[in-house]
Amino acid sequence: MLYRENGQFKTSYRADQQMLPILQDRIFMGLLLVFVFVVAPFVFSNYFFLSILIPFLILALAALGLNLLVGYCGQISIGHAAFMSVGAYAAYNLVLRVPQLNFLVVLVLAGLIAALVGLLFGIPSLRIRGLYLAVATLAAQFFMDWVFARVKWFTNYAPSGSVSTATIDIFGFQINSPVRKYLFLAAVVTVFAILAKNLVRSHLGRAWMAMRDMDVAAEVIGIRPVYAKLTAFAVSSFYVGVAGALWGFVHLGSWEPLAFSITLSLNLLFMIIIGGMGSILGSFFGAFFIVALPILLNRAPDWLGIHLSTAMVSHLESMIFGALIIFFLIVEPQGLARLWSIGKEKLRLWPFPH
Amino acid sequence: MKLAEKVRVLAVSAGAVTAVMAVMASQPVMAAGEQFFPALVYRTGPYAPNGLPFANGFVDYLKMLNARDGGINGVKATFEECETGYATDRGVECYERLKGKNPPYGATVFQPLSTGITFALTDKAPKDKVSIVSAGYGRADSVDGKVFKWNFPLGGTYWDAADILVQHVGKLQGGLDKLKGKKIALVYHDSPYGKEPIPLLQERSKMHGFDLLLLPVTHPGVEQKATWLQIRQQRPDYVFLWGWGVMNSTAIKEAVATGYPREKMYGVWWSGAEPDVIPAGDGAKGYNALVFLAPPGQGQVHKDILKYVYDKGQGSGKREDVGEVLYNRGMVSMMMAVEAVKRAQSKYGKKPMTGAQVRWGLENLAIDAATIKKIGFEGFMQPVSTSCADHGGANSGSVQAWDGKKWHVTAGPYHSDLQIIRPIIRASAAKYAGEKHVPPRDCATDASN
Repeated sequence: MLYRENGQFKTSYRADQQMLPILQDRIFMGLLLVFVFVVAPFVFSNYFFLSILIPFLILALAALGLNLLVGYCGQISIGHAAFMSVGAYAAYNLVLRVPQLNFLVVLVLAGLIAALVGLLFGIPSLRIRGLYLAVATLAAQFFMDWVFARVKWFTNYAPSGSVSTATIDIFGFQINSPVRKYLFLAAVVTVFAILAKNLVRSHLGRAWMAMRDMDVAAEVIGIRPVYAKLTAFAVSSFYVGVAGALWGFVHLGSWEPLAFSITLSLNLLFMIIIGGMGSILGSFFGAFFIVALPILLNRAPDWLGIHLSTAMVSHLESMIFGALIIFFLIVEPQGLARLWSIGKEKLRLWPFPH
Repeated sequence: MKLAEKVRVLAVSAGAVTAVMAVMASQPVMAAGEQFFPALVYRTGPYAPNGLPFANGFVDYLKMLNARDGGINGVKATFEECETGYATDRGVECYERLKGKNPPYGATVFQPLSTGITFALTDKAPKDKVSIVSAGYGRADSVDGKVFKWNFPLGGTYWDAADILVQHVGKLQGGLDKLKGKKIALVYHDSPYGKEPIPLLQERSKMHGFDLLLLPVTHPGVEQKATWLQIRQQRPDYVFLWGWGVMNSTAIKEAVATGYPREKMYGVWWSGAEPDVIPAGDGAKGYNALVFLAPPGQGQVHKDILKYVYDKGQGSGKREDVGEVLYNRGMVSMMMAVEAVKRAQSKYGKKPMTGAQVRWGLENLAIDAATIKKIGFEGFMQPVSTSCADHGGANSGSVQAWDGKKWHVTAGPYHSDLQIIRPIIRASAAKYAGEKHVPPRDCATDASN
């Protein structure tokens, strides 16, 4: 009843092409942004910011980056944590060696360096596809692991191979409290999400999707595969590199190569599979599912007043988490984002379904 | 579904959501006047065989204190466990979860039992005014209390351990100068933990002219074929093992398969417990490892734990495991935190201590022979006394050997050579201070808090 676009006529191309064509969506998005930037900083506890929202936002950005490549362009990568690590170590070295750079510039440069590396590892995609490509991207994972564990220069000759960062300072504004970190990340992620949303609606995004759906046909209608695939790798790695830099500087503060292991790559992949491939929103759903759910499950018995042994709680956490993954994949193989859009469809007909 | 039914479902689910939110908002508040000890443990995952006995000793000691003495000088001691699985991100989550418990005092002290988590918490602890105790692990350079105000690697660091091992094999050869031209392999867990001893071993290898062979093993360490192939080719005179969890027993099994003599293998104190050697069976006979503060066995304190905790059915583990190497180490770790609280109470009064007050206690810790006897740790503890400049408090260690059934102390105690270690500590701490822009404090003026 409320969610219906009847009577919303588009009278110009501009109106027809806007990002959120339905009025209710725009209102919802506006309210969401108000909540994120105005209400949330006063509502949540420091624990909630540090342990759930901050990792959620950063990994959502990384999942978004991976989704551009896997969901939109159809190129599978199981080495994306490597590009995150490139971003993180690039940012670390930039801050260390060129301390006068503004962190925002560092962030962009770290993304660009990651994009360059991503481009390099994207070259095999021109010849191989599908699972074979996935295996080729695995090489990136192991290679970067090796580089950052063995080439001492990248870690500034730290004896244990663990690097740590100083507090971020942007135009004299210190990003040091949980709320400030959260707001900074929310702003960065919002900007990048809007960019991604527009990117996938542009000619580039359409080229990627054509490539994903059928590469031969795409080539026939005049899309150059080299250009489409490599831009997808570069843009995706850029996003993931920025996320990696944020993961290191804002979330971890100090890290070792193990922080960007294959487990993280797989987690990113699970996020977009569960959240929804080829959906910006899905990246956020998936990230929340993977980041927050295990922690909530771990704490649930305590909140419900049930006292179990520590080992029992973590075993239960793994079991329920696994069961939920299977449940959601059976209920909706196309991900949580699809459930969301089904919900919207239903809402459109409510309360008089046919 | 009819409309009414739908509305009802909606109402119920909305109610459920609100209920969950309400539960989330209302954390159980602990009664005032307690001393809260967070326990970062790992009872699951690949490191659980070693994490379990440590965690049991850790919390059993507190249970015993509450039952025997009614707490610490009359202040009831409470604890809450949080499972980290030895993963850094979960460890940080546990830290955030537990640091603010028991207001207004907060968490007493964090002991993460993971070098990776220690590294991550080192940056967070100063802001939250809570100390990190890493007894026998963590950053070796955090001994320098001028830079690392909130870190306490009590009882010795990896640099002490590596130094003691070099001294020991030097003695076996008949003098450190006889190490010239010998070959020592370091088989290490490829993480901050395993890499920690490398700078010191490199320094020592330059001094004495032995070759250092660095052989990393990736987490969790079940695959070591390539590593031991290299050992077979290179034939090092000694192998130092810096492993943890399942990596240790795998290394010993591989040594058996390769035919490398176990007598020439020396593990750090985290590679010398029962779960490390028992899975390797008879093959582990002759394997050596360092002792950290407490050898295995039972003393007065164990009798009390059995009497006040296990006899009442409150024990965390199995009765027969009380007194194992890692059980004792968990117990000693908790004991040092408790002693720090007592020390702080002697200055601030017999009430629960805040994180900052406990920090003072840790920095002025004086666990001497008389105290050790009084608290029932005779024979299970080396004296530890700290100061502003020295947050370690001890630098000795003995060597023990496994005879197939039990650990026996065979040599020592050795003392690490501070002439060699101090300059490396100072350089490393200064570098950290520079990177993080922390000005080192002056111990003369800043000793009070």
